[in-house]
Amino acid sequence: MSFLPAYIAGHHAGIPVALDPARALCAEAPLTAPAVGRAALEVRALERNFGHVRALRGVSFALGAGDSLAVFGPNGAGKTTLLRILAGLLRPQRGEVLLDGTPLARSDAAHRRRVGLIAHYSLLYDGLSAAENLAFYARLYGVPDRDAAVRRALEGVALADRADDLAGTFSRGMVQRLAIARALLHEPSIVLLDEPFSGLDQRAAATLRDLLMRLRGERRTMVLVTHNLDEGLELATHVAIQVAGRFAECAPVDGDLAAYRSRYAEATAARG
Amino acid sequence: MVELLRVAWAIAAKDVLLEFRSRTAFVSALVFTALVLAIFNFARDPTAVSALDLAPGILWITFTFAAMLGLNRAFGLERENRALDGLLLSPASRTAIYLGKVLANLVFVGSVEAIALPLFALFFNVPVLPVLGPMVLVIALATLGFVAVGTLMSSMAVNTRLAELMLPVLLLPFLVPPVTSAVQITARLFAGRPFSEVGAWLRLLVGYDIIFVAACILFFESTIEE
Repeated sequence: MSFLPAYIAGHHAGIPVALDPARALCAEAPLTAPAVGRAALEVRALERNFGHVRALRGVSFALGAGDSLAVFGPNGAGKTTLLRILAGLLRPQRGEVLLDGTPLARSDAAHRRRVGLIAHYSLLYDGLSAAENLAFYARLYGVPDRDAAVRRALEGVALADRADDLAGTFSRGMVQRLAIARALLHEPSIVLLDEPFSGLDQRAAATLRDLLMRLRGERRTMVLVTHNLDEGLELATHVAIQVAGRFAECAPVDGDLAAYRSRYAEATAARG
Repeated sequence: MVELLRVAWAIAAKDVLLEFRSRTAFVSALVFTALVLAIFNFARDPTAVSALDLAPGILWITFTFAAMLGLNRAFGLERENRALDGLLLSPASRTAIYLGKVLANLVFVGSVEAIALPLFALFFNVPVLPVLGPMVLVIALATLGFVAVGTLMSSMAVNTRLAELMLPVLLLPFLVPPVTSAVQITARLFAGRPFSEVGAWLRLLVGYDIIFVAACILFFESTIEE
């Protein structure tokens, strides 16, 4: 009889399992299961090299709808590479990404429509106003009732009064809020966040935190990559420590944050 | 198809609006055009070489290099805040992105040419008006060819460290057929030769456009991804 939780044991045995929506599944070793029944986002044994640098080495996990995974790790751990593969911007050399059990195909517009990326960069045009930026992306995504959607998105990030101002005149915090509005404009079910708190002052960070908590409440699946343990642990239902391209640890948030911090310090120190 | 054109139009409109607001590339291209025409005009010895002999080559050299300033900007503006990732993340087809960029570049290069042609006529005193119709046709065909190839090369060069330097190196070899055709046709038109004399060059220009527009559409996805 295995002492492992059923959802992990079943997966390692290569048995397709229905994902417990309250818990994510993480595994360092490549998975052999053909599918995880109800996983909104599943990653199987991802590997990606850049020349001799092994950015990802067999990363696997699965998230149900409403789960949010915070991935911590030092610089160069491969966190951004992971996120870019999940977004479809990079191709893995091995392994695959599945959305609702279907492999992610880069040419598949329907898949791209389901994913929103809040990147380290804003992906906005400084020469367009806030409303023009969103209207442009709304056209690309074929968002119905574009004007109303843009208005709602700007109101959602408290930028309605700056709708006609050029994005290039915005502060870092405002740019980040506009970038969030852009990423969520098409109401993606999977939201990927790359260092979303980077460079924000306390007020902007609090606004962003509220937005992300709201997303979590809307049962969107999130993967958050960050250096900031406090922010990540507050927002995530599951946490992973990524070191040198591997998940050194991956588990549901259990409330013992001090122990988690200590393990994070150990994992990153062990890497040297 | 309608969706593809709708997205291409949105991308082209965005690029044209950004250029209209900054006017960076447009003003640079116009200043470049005026300077090249002025320098060639004053540098040549009118007693040794007639304007009619030199003019076609100068016109197309000017058009080609002025166009490169715009082509460099086509994907250069997507580097700002990594906006290119935003395009690639979206469900927009890569063909729509390419066609949108080509459309915006055609507007840019066409606008520069529309101003450069009268300037050229002024500086070199060549009879442009009597052959304006055929000239517009030749300019349109040649411009479509080098904008199509230039847009693809611009997407390849954008992620290199010396994008501005890379574009001419990549692009110029591909411009030999359309520019040679355009120069030959222009020379015959200015010399008052009948239009039927330029048939072979015109066919080369049309063939180049058909082959390279189709090839660029096919290759764009593989050049823009990763």
